[in-house]
Amino acid sequence: MIRLKNLTKIYGGITAVDNVSIEVGAGEVCVLLGPSGCGKTTTMKMINRLIEPSGGRIFIGGKDVTEVDPVQLRRSIGYVIQQIGLFPNKTVEDNICVVPDMLGQDRKTSRKRAAELLEMVNLEPAAYAKRYPKELSGGQQQRVGVIRALAADPPVLLMDEPFGAIDPINREVIQDEFMKLQAAMKKTVIFVSHDIDEAVKMASRIAIFRSGRLIQYDTPDNILAHPVDSFVADFVGHDRTLKRLRLITVRDAMATEPPRVTPDDDVDTAVALMKRHGHVSVVMVGPQGKVLGFVRLEALHGKRGRVGEHYEKLTSVVHVDDNLRNAVSQMFANDQSWLACVSTEGVYQGYITQRSITHLLGATYRDR
Amino acid sequence: METLNFAIANWPQILARGWEHISLVGVSVSIAVFTGVPIGILITQSRVAADRVLYAAAIIMTIPSIAFFGLLIPVLSPIGHGIGYLPAVIALIFYSQLPIIRNTYAAIMNIDPALREAARGMGMTAFRRLREVELPIALPVIVNGVRNAVVLNIAIATIATYIGAGGLGVFISRGISQTDPRQLITGAVAVSVLAIIADLGLLLLQRRLTPVGLRQP
Repeated sequence: MIRLKNLTKIYGGITAVDNVSIEVGAGEVCVLLGPSGCGKTTTMKMINRLIEPSGGRIFIGGKDVTEVDPVQLRRSIGYVIQQIGLFPNKTVEDNICVVPDMLGQDRKTSRKRAAELLEMVNLEPAAYAKRYPKELSGGQQQRVGVIRALAADPPVLLMDEPFGAIDPINREVIQDEFMKLQAAMKKTVIFVSHDIDEAVKMASRIAIFRSGRLIQYDTPDNILAHPVDSFVADFVGHDRTLKRLRLITVRDAMATEPPRVTPDDDVDTAVALMKRHGHVSVVMVGPQGKVLGFVRLEALHGKRGRVGEHYEKLTSVVHVDDNLRNAVSQMFANDQSWLACVSTEGVYQGYITQRSITHLLGATYRDR
Repeated sequence: METLNFAIANWPQILARGWEHISLVGVSVSIAVFTGVPIGILITQSRVAADRVLYAAAIIMTIPSIAFFGLLIPVLSPIGHGIGYLPAVIALIFYSQLPIIRNTYAAIMNIDPALREAARGMGMTAFRRLREVELPIALPVIVNGVRNAVVLNIAIATIATYIGAGGLGVFISRGISQTDPRQLITGAVAVSVLAIIADLGLLLLQRRLTPVGLRQP
């Protein structure tokens, strides 16, 4: 969708962007990451020609952007900046419709679309459409800033540290909202950031810059697992393997079709089952497969009767769609070496252990 | 008391002179808006131009008004208007430039650069940005400059009586030459009242022209 070819920008002898080539597929989020002054913002601004390249070419959908009128080009690309830049003299609704109005779209249609977009970021249109920017909180303003870029439904979105000025709690919320929007709209996004956590969370691919050069362009997991040099390794942090946990869902790490017992099973059956699997405990489920608790091999030693008389409550379970970071956090919080994984209805799906997680994280090193 | 009697007895004349005064100031400031605002906008494009233009406008302000009127006599004599209404209006146009240019320039330069960046990035042309964003936001400050110019010109127009342009200054100059405090005070009070009314009127206009989204609650 977007292709940068040998892109270069020279400012009076200083090379700000040096021979950068990147390809971004349709619907992907490409995060340009690096310390300040590394050329990431300059690279982004060349895409909508706010900065003219000194060399190289830029293609959007196969078309060279230097052959398009810059004003027309910018109207066809969504643009979000850190300082938001809502026009204080226009209502929220009119701010959102700036580009549709410039394109001469029907007012009624564009206002209706604005209301839909407001709803998508949890701002009640009846309450917010006619307000002015200064009547909104910072987080609300940036939500409007983001949907303003989407109003004319451009295929490409450029975002310059859009959530950098928002407090950490709101930032997480607005990032999640944006990911939801993105899942629905599938825009091709170029996203500038200096925050590795944000990049790992949002990116399909991360491009790491240093002094105008593209150092590494890869998926977040590969960047974290295999940084190409010490600069990238330092930039992503010494705890980079922990950051990978967020990229993997419980579903991908859990052991499926696990052994299980019911309250009516005989104690001997449970003991035999655990011994056969080499486990020291087993989950007890109800009639619909819902997790009720678990029994320990040790606790059943020398006991008779039914499993239901000897089970213990589980202190925590984890949802299969949760990420491993949260799963591990639960394990540490509850001093557990394993967790039962459940569906939204609470049905037992499988289990994860600390060992299986470390094994999974290590796979990428063994395969090479 | 005597002054009051004089004012009551000469009421029609005061109104006529007052109207002359308003005409001098009104015409000159209206023209000055059409020159000063575009100049103020243009010089936002170049720091050097801005410095020079603002410096020149400031120098004009330092010329004593009586000297300025005198300087215009030889210039306008060839077309038969060495004295009177025309040179007065021309001088007042010059005196209005500084407050109007300076406020226009400052108002536009003070607009948050993020707005310009967002406007450009969304594909607004420079003209559209000026019309939809910069001018509406700058308008209250520009009107404030016009207000300054009006009050300033009401004072300066008083001197224009010496080149035969009439106005409320007539009472003051006569009051001085005839050592007649009644005329002197009548003229001075009338000029002050006019200045206060104009100032308040323009303040109201300034508030009305402030975009709703920028008004203080």
